[in-house]
Order: sequence, then structure tokens, then C-alpha cells
Amino acid sequence: MIPAAFEYARASSVEEAAKLLNKYGEDAKVLAGGHSLIPLMRLRLAQPKALVDINGIKGLDHIKAEGSKLHIGALTRHVTIQNSAVVKDKLPILAEVAGEIGDNQVRNMGTIGGVVAHADAAGDYPTIALMLDAEIVTNQRTIAAKDFFKDLFTTPLAADEIVIEVVFPVANGPHKYIKFRRRLFDWAIVGAAAQKMNGGWRIGLTNVGPTPVRATAVEEALHKGAKPEEAAQHASDGLNPSGDLRASPEYKKHLARVLTKRAIEQAK
Amino acid sequence: MAVTTMVGAKIHRREDPKLITGHGSYVDDMQLTGMVHMAVVRSAQAHAKIVSVDLTAASKAPGVVAVYTARDFKKVISGGLPVTESLIADKKQTPNQFPIAESEAVYFGEPIAVVLAESRYQAADCAELVQVEYESLPVLVDFEKALEKGSPTAHTGAPDNVAWDVNFNGGDLEAAFKESEVTVKERIIQQRVFPISMEPRAVLANYVPFGNQLTVWTSSQVPHFIRLFLCIGLGMPESQIRVVAPDVGGGFGSKLRPYPEEYLAAAASKLSGRPVKWIEGRTENLQATSHGRGHIFDIEVGAKRDGTLLALKITMLSDLGAYIGVFGALQSSLAMLLSPGCYKWKAVHGRAIGVLTNKMSTDPYRGAGRPEAAHLVERAVDLVAQELKLDPADVRAKNFAEDFPFTSILGMVYDSGEYQKSLDKAKEIVGYKALRQKQADLRKQGKYLGIGLSTYVEICGVGPSAATAHVSGSLALVESSVVRVHPTGSVTVAVGTHSHGQGHATTFAQIAADALGLPYANIEIREGDTGDTPFGYGSYGSRSLPVGGVSINRSCQKVVDKAKKIAAHMLEAADEDVVFDQGQFYVKGSPDKRKAMGEVAFAAYGPGLPEGMEQGLEAVTYFDPPNFTWPFGAHICVVEVDPETGEVDIQKYVAVDDCGNIINPMIVDGQIHGGVAQGIGQALFEEAVHDPETGALRTGTLLDYSIPGIGEIPNLQLDRTITPSPTNELGVKGVGEAGTIAASAAVINAIVDALSPFGIKHVDMPASPDRLWKQIKQAREHSNGGKEARK
Amino acid sequence: MKHKVATTVNGHKHEHEVEPRLLLVHYLRDVVGLTGTHIGCDTSQCGSCTILVDGKAVKSCTMFAVQAEGRQLTTIEGMAKDGELHPLQQAFWDEHGLQCGYCTPGFIMAAAYLLDQNPNPTEDEIRKGLEGNLCRCTGYVNIVKSVQSAAKAMDGAKAKTSERSAAVGRS
Repeated sequence: MIPAAFEYARASSVEEAAKLLNKYGEDAKVLAGGHSLIPLMRLRLAQPKALVDINGIKGLDHIKAEGSKLHIGALTRHVTIQNSAVVKDKLPILAEVAGEIGDNQVRNMGTIGGVVAHADAAGDYPTIALMLDAEIVTNQRTIAAKDFFKDLFTTPLAADEIVIEVVFPVANGPHKYIKFRRRLFDWAIVGAAAQKMNGGWRIGLTNVGPTPVRATAVEEALHKGAKPEEAAQHASDGLNPSGDLRASPEYKKHLARVLTKRAIEQAK
Repeated sequence: MAVTTMVGAKIHRREDPKLITGHGSYVDDMQLTGMVHMAVVRSAQAHAKIVSVDLTAASKAPGVVAVYTARDFKKVISGGLPVTESLIADKKQTPNQFPIAESEAVYFGEPIAVVLAESRYQAADCAELVQVEYESLPVLVDFEKALEKGSPTAHTGAPDNVAWDVNFNGGDLEAAFKESEVTVKERIIQQRVFPISMEPRAVLANYVPFGNQLTVWTSSQVPHFIRLFLCIGLGMPESQIRVVAPDVGGGFGSKLRPYPEEYLAAAASKLSGRPVKWIEGRTENLQATSHGRGHIFDIEVGAKRDGTLLALKITMLSDLGAYIGVFGALQSSLAMLLSPGCYKWKAVHGRAIGVLTNKMSTDPYRGAGRPEAAHLVERAVDLVAQELKLDPADVRAKNFAEDFPFTSILGMVYDSGEYQKSLDKAKEIVGYKALRQKQADLRKQGKYLGIGLSTYVEICGVGPSAATAHVSGSLALVESSVVRVHPTGSVTVAVGTHSHGQGHATTFAQIAADALGLPYANIEIREGDTGDTPFGYGSYGSRSLPVGGVSINRSCQKVVDKAKKIAAHMLEAADEDVVFDQGQFYVKGSPDKRKAMGEVAFAAYGPGLPEGMEQGLEAVTYFDPPNFTWPFGAHICVVEVDPETGEVDIQKYVAVDDCGNIINPMIVDGQIHGGVAQGIGQALFEEAVHDPETGALRTGTLLDYSIPGIGEIPNLQLDRTITPSPTNELGVKGVGEAGTIAASAAVINAIVDALSPFGIKHVDMPASPDRLWKQIKQAREHSNGGKEARK
Repeated sequence: MKHKVATTVNGHKHEHEVEPRLLLVHYLRDVVGLTGTHIGCDTSQCGSCTILVDGKAVKSCTMFAVQAEGRQLTTIEGMAKDGELHPLQQAFWDEHGLQCGYCTPGFIMAAAYLLDQNPNPTEDEIRKGLEGNLCRCTGYVNIVKSVQSAAKAMDGAKAKTSERSAAVGRS
């Protein structure tokens, strides 16, 4: 299928991109990896009037460890994160998550900034960002992950606001992300992440609601000394996932518990 | 000389060099001067009155060439799409399908208007501008409800939704149930699926008014059918229509019928005077290309305590969609006729009811009725085994048909078989006994291993005209071939089949090379172009080899017969004294004096032939097989089910198939691989889901509809037995669908076997984690929290 | 408004004015005239349209032609060199890794990228590496074999490393 016509502009700097977005207004979209946007455009479910291509902006694909922080440029492709020695050293769970997104072709194009800005409930990075208290840095401000993923496909980004980088804390203790899906390249039906950090656990869930979820009840139970199996029973506390063709709400809640247990047990 | 050892050899495919270098020629690869692009405006409602179609904006769109609706097409197309009776002669109603809707749309995606534009991008834009005003009508999605008294109808004004209601009975059912010591009942769902050939459909039609010539390139399995039906629909003689199915990116049954778009593109070319190209998008493909399966089976099985099968009662409801598929009834009839499987029964009674709904038609999909039959009877046998706590392999052994030709309880004559042999071989390869022990051990650890058997028999070689003509609307499903040996000994073989992955250019050349005693490299296979092949019935139903291949062999024999006469003349011997061996003719007893086929070919076009003989060396055959062929085999699938998540892990898959004699083992294995993968796809992943209210597809793209990828199909272990078919001189049976026919039952039987400790007796497809988890949970609640299961 | 796009496809330079919405796959097929790259879906699942962009496997249906400005593109037509098949092409032929052939160019290109990244993949790595490509004919069994066989052949021809890099578009 064929996308509707649009105007196209290449930005060579963040400032230029912002200017272009300002010019085109609400109907403009940022084009990064394009792997969420272009299929929607081909189905004509998205018909932006203009695309601002930010792929040519230099210096947005950095991976830098600074002190206790890991800075990842918005245009960093999944494949780069997956293979990065720095990420593997400082935040190995993120490299593993990157390696589980889509397929080789998708990972060669898709960017972390694109996934974060798209705010799909089935996105994997948002879960990690949320549970680790990452920060999303834009051309205008810095937004805490907990304030960023507001609703399905909904973020506080203004029309001319562009994600510049995502800043994670360094965490290289035991960790595990389990992405439960039918086929290797599918989106998560449910995902569960466990990361040991600062002596405690961080637990995150993917695709169990309109936004990523941090399972604080599980974290607290673990903190109080509960066994993984007991603590994981709280993974579905307060969840109200919507059902879809792949899973009923009840099954998603069940998976949240089972996968959380397994993620904690398998973390290393 | 190696010339007589081609049959049975692993010959690399000669069709591959172009395909692996990007030089294939699929329809969308072609461009014609002046070509315009067609886009189809489709119904956005599953059932609605079409109040108006406003073309104003579309007619002014950039690049637009024409916009047509049913009114325009009525000037050039008459009648409707064909519907074969397919063994169901006494239909209750067959709604006529004109290729484009005029006043009422009856399925989501039905064509309502057609736009032509200079580019495919402009055509897509233009199609969006056509404004259709609908008045919604009741939508029938649930086909069981559609049978209820007082149900709305799929077509306004129809008496009800019953397309057919027929019985297939053999034996005394009442007596057989009376004799039974156990009976089991089950409902088995065959979900609707999408065939999904990787190349969606595509048509390029070029009507040239001067000389009244129409050429249609179409991604089809049946170019001659398409020509025949276009000729009827457009009122043009065959001699003015040429249909070419060039490289075709898979079909799996979904391209064995004429489609509305073939009529519409051809008619649009006639109306506009321009070549018209239509390329189906995948989303469109899911809406507008025929769907497969779509049935509910209610079965009741009677058996003796020792496992002897006695009685099988089947009620089959089929979700036909709004229009009966061109071969839609075939699925019902084959499912019924093959339902006894490879077993001896005292009685099998089936009632098949075809139900009209507001959906796309169902039509054959790889196996067409046989996967359904195999699934139900293989499940039935396992249900009996489970009920009686017998090993399912033993129950099968007890009931296998043994003496061939074997007449099934429904009167079908199975040509040859050795069912126990293939099962034994499969058991040996998989290590059946050890696996059963392992299963018992693992159960103690709370792990659920399952072993699933599927010992299928199927029907190929469609078909003997005596059996098919009265049910196919007088089509004798024979196959044609022309073998022409040229003066220098090169050969053109033209055949009425079509290859879309099967490798006919290779295997048919192997047959001809052996039969003619000429080098393989000399043989050229022509198919797919009605302009240079004889009228033929195309490729489906695993028929190309047992009908088309045998036809080629016969044409070759005729050529050899004539060549022998010429050779005898050259050798100054009597015809009957001349021997033909490995491409050489010689007089019995004196093999030194010989004439090669090549020499004879040259002589055949020269002077000095036997008296009264004309020049030339060629022959035509229309092969009408005396019977169908009956491939069979045993598949064993080993799974482990995670009881916590319901995930299924296929640990092993063994397939022992018997398709009679083998022309090219590499290609046979490839067919089994692909077939099994599609069976696994249906068993675990695939289901076409419609919104129960609106009838719109919820699985509308490949994002929502999951066909298995490379991570989901395990390595398959193949082996074979060879039981030649007595039906034809090549001893071949056909193999295109066998894998699919066997696989879904093997997988589901394995899953049920794994979960039997929970008391689970049946699992429907697709066996998704969600579905299995729910079933395990319910079973645990019923059986004391799963303690039962861990005993 | 049309945009100028200059690309190098299989070593040949091309320059065209295109609409921004023109998908790269349509640019290759309809504008450049290389029809070996196929389209099998609308939603980036099937991988039939896989090509190499600067040596990386990409689904050309999920990229606009304007994004290919200045890039080196390799399509299936660029794999055979001087009349000699690329080892992957040879292996797909030898191992019966294709039937209808429609998905094959995409698989070969995805496999070329895979072997460039990992010259000796395990079976699991092959499956993981080709998860973005769908085939409906082969059940993937012989596709896995083809890639294994090509890896072996290419390993044997390690002396010609530079040639191989050129073939996957990294000249």
C-alpha cells in the first residue's frame, strides 16, 4: 500500500528540525527510524502533512558513560545499542532488550529516540526507562521517565520538541528481560524486566496497560524479603490490561506474575 | 550413458538461476507502453445496501484515467463467477456473483468501484476519493447462528443461509453404534485461515481493439481456466484471448480460481483502451483472496474396548462466506469422503451443511478438505485411545486397512498402501518406546511432554473424468501434453499444468529425458501460457505429476513408437524386431547396429520415411486417469507444553511419507517441509478473525495474522517408504499437500497427549498459549488443583 | 514537491527527481528498473524487499527513496559478480532453499548481512538472523541449510575476503 503525499524536509541540526516542525505545525512528524511511522503511513492510518527527517543530524547517536549515568543519543540504532561494549558493560539489560526488538532489518533502522517518543505500550525501552528512573532529554527540557509515558502513544512532547537523548543510570548487576511472544520477531504479548540496583530490585512490565508499568509492589515485597514467587504475585496488582487477539486481560495479568517470577529467578 | 537415470535423481532445479539472481518474471515486474494502474474501491462494510457511489472527486484526481462501477462493467461482462458443483450436486442455493457489487455489498472488501490512473500512487489516491454511501444491513459472522430459524440472511431476499445440506453415508450406523462398547463425542473446530502466498495476486491485462486480442498476465495456478472463464464472461472466443501465468510466487490453492479482479482488469482494458495493471496489496490480499478451512465438526465415535473402530458420525458446518467459492464445495466433499482415513469402519455417516455468511469465500487451501478429514479422524482415533487408556499407535495398528485396492466404507477405492510400515518407520526414527518412558519420567517432575501421531491417507491425481465430470460442471479433469522432438533432437514439452514453486521444469524434463532416451539438457518444458500449451486444468490437488507427468510420459511413448518405426525402416528390420533401450534403437540380438534417438529425430523430418508415414516427431496426450492416487504416511510430533504459560515447544517432528515412486527426492522433501510448516502454522498460530459485530477483519495485516517465521518451524526429520501407485505406469501419487494434511493432527494430538494428565481431551486450533493456559486452568480447577496431574 | 535523489545501486550511479513518499522499493523497481526486490506485505513483516543500504540489511518498503540520498545500495541483482554466483546464491540453489522464489532475494540479502556480521553462525544464530523474513514454501528447513552451506563455502574462500566484502556492498 501507498502512503499519502507529504512534504519532506531534511534537518541538519536540532535547531533546524525544531524550526521545521514549528513551520509545519501539528501535522508534521519526525522521521527517525521510520519503522512505526512508515507502516502506519502505508496503511494510511497516519497521514502527516510533512516529515522532518532528522537522520542527517550529526552527534545524536552517541553512547557515553559519564559517572553513574549512561547517555544514549536519540538516533542510536537498536543494533548499535545491542552491540555496544559500553552498554554491555554499564547497562547490559538495555543491550539485551535492544537485541530482542524486531529483527535485524528493524534493528538496523530503528532508534531509541523513536521508540521512546512513539510511546507504544508494547515498546521495550520505555519499560526499562521507567523502572530505572531514566530521563528523557529534549531540545527544550529534561523529563523524568515517570512523567513522560502519559498514555498510549501519548507523551508531554510539544509539536516542536525533539528527543535528544535518553539518560539511564548505570546498572550492571543481575538482570533479566523476558519478552513473551509467539514469534521471534513479534512485539511482546507481555514483557517483564528485573534489575538489581543499589541493593534493591527494579521490576518493570511491558504491554500490560497503556503505558509501561513499574511493579513497585513487587519491588517492595522483595525488599521485605519475600521469595521471588511470592513477590511476583503482586506483579498484577492494580493492572487493568486490555485484551487483544493474542491475549485476554486475565492471561496478561497471569503472565505478568509468571514472567516477573522468572525474570527475578533468572536474573544474573 | 547417464541419460536413462534421471528419474529418481536429485537434479538441481533449472528454474532457480533466474530466481536467485533477481531475474524472475512475476506480473508486477512487467511494464507495457501506455499502461495504467488499477485500484479497487472495496466495501468498508460486510453487509450493506449501496445507496450511492459518488465519483465526482475521484474523476478530477491528478492522473486519473477512468473510474468505473458495476454499471460500466455490465456493458462488457455478462454472467457471474463460475461455481463448480464439486461432488455436491443438489445445492439449495448458489448466489450469483457478478465481479463487482452494484446495489448490495455482502462481504468486507467486495469491489464497488475501480479507478485507473497513470501511476500506482495516483491510483491509490484516486481510490480514496470515491465516496460510497452505505445503508447497513444485518451482518452474519457466526455461521452456526446463521442456521437458526429467523436468522437474517447474508443476501437480501434469500430464503435462508443454507447453500447445501447433503449426506455421505456408508454402512449401518445404528448397528455399528449398538455394537460399540464405548462412544466419545467431540466438537472440532477448523478455523478460517489465510493462504498467504508470498506474492499476492496480480493481473496485467492488455486489450488490443484491432484484431480483438486480449492478453492477460495473471498470478494464477490455472491459466487455461482463467482463459475459459474470461472467454465466457467477456463474450470472446478462446482464440482471441491469451492468458499467461508467468513466474508465480506461490498459490497454495488460493490462485486456482478466476477472481473478480481478473474480469475487472480485462474489462477495464477493453473499456479504456489501455493496458491495465492491478497489484494486490497484502492487506487487500487478506480481504479479497479466498480464505481456507472454516468449519465446525461435531463427531461421535463408537469402538470396542479393545480399540476396534466401529462407528463414526459427523456433522460438518462450513462457513462458506457470501458467495460459494469457485471450488468451495470441494472442501466439504473431500472432508467427508476422506473422513474414514486409513481405517476400517463398520459405518461412517456424515452430514455436510454449507452456510452463507457475510465474509470472503472459502475455497481450497493446501489440502482442501483432506487436512480437515485427517484432523478429525486422527483426533477421533486418539479420543478413543485416550478413553480406553490404550496406546494410540496400537489403536491405529488394530484398524489399518490392509488389502489393496481397499474400498473404504464410503466407497472410495484406495489404490495401494502400507500404513503399518510407515508408522513403524516413524516410530523407530522418533524412538517411540523410549519417548513414552521419558514422558512418564518427566510427568513425575511436573513436565508435560506429548507425542502426537498422525497416520494420514489422502487423495491426489484429480481426476478421473468418470468421477469428476458430473460434479465439476462437465469438466474432465484430465491433463494434456504435447511432446515435440525437433530435427536436431531437442525437445519441447508443452503441458497444461502450472508450476509456482513445484519445479516442473526440472521434474517433467527428468521424465521426458528418460522416456525419450535423450539428454536432460535437450528437454524444454513449456507451461503457463495458453498461447503455446494445450488446454489443461492447471496445478492443484497434487495433480501435476500423477496426471500431467503421466500425460507427458504417454506422449513420449507415442513419440518413441513412431521413432521405432522409423528406426526399423532405417535398420531395414521389422518394427517388432527393434528394441528401444537407453535412447538407442537396435535390432534384437545385434546391438552393434544401432540408431540413436537423435538420428531418428533428424530422419523423421527428412525424406524416405516408411510408406504412408508423414514427417515430424510429436505427439499429444490427454490423460484421463483410471483412478485417483492415494498417498499416505505417518507423522510424529513431540512437544513440551509449559503448564504455567501454555507455551508449546515442538521438540521433534518426524515425517515418513509415501507418495509412490519419486522423480526427484530433493523436490519431494521440499514439498513436505513446506506442507508441514503450513500445518504447524494452522495448528499453533493462524486464525482469520472477523469482528463479530461488523464483520471487518481483525486480523487485517501480517502484523495481526501470524504465519510462522524461521524461528518457529523446527528442523523436520524426513524419511519415506515407497509403495508405487498401480494407477499409472510411473507409479507416482503426488506430494504437494501431504505435509499440510498430516501436520495439524500430529501437533494437536501431541499437545492433547501432553496435557492428558490434566484430563484434557481436546484442544482447538490455533493452540495459542492463551487458549492452552485457560484450558489447563479450568482443568486444574475441575480436578483438584492439578494434584491429579502430578500423580 | 519532488526531491532530487542520487544513489549508487550495485555500483552504478543514479540520479532522479522523486516524490518524497516514493518508497525505496518502488524507486528500485519502477524507477531504476531492478525488479528482483519484491514486496510481500504492507507492514514490514515479510522481508521480501530486503536490500543492503551501506552494507546493512534494510527493508526497502520501510524507507523512502529520499532517505537513500548518497547511499550505496545493493540489491539481489548486484550479488553475482562477473557471471559467478555469490556463494549464497549457489547455496540456495544447491540446497533447494527456494521454491516459488518470491521471498528468495530478500532472504539472500538478509543472509548476506548476517554472514557479514557473523561468518560462522550456529543454527540458532541463523534463525535469529533471518527472523525478519517470511517464506511460505520451504518451511525454512532448506533455507537454514543453504546459509550453513554458504557460510562453509565462504569460510573456505577466506583468502578472498576483500571480494566478499565488496559483494555485500562494503567496497
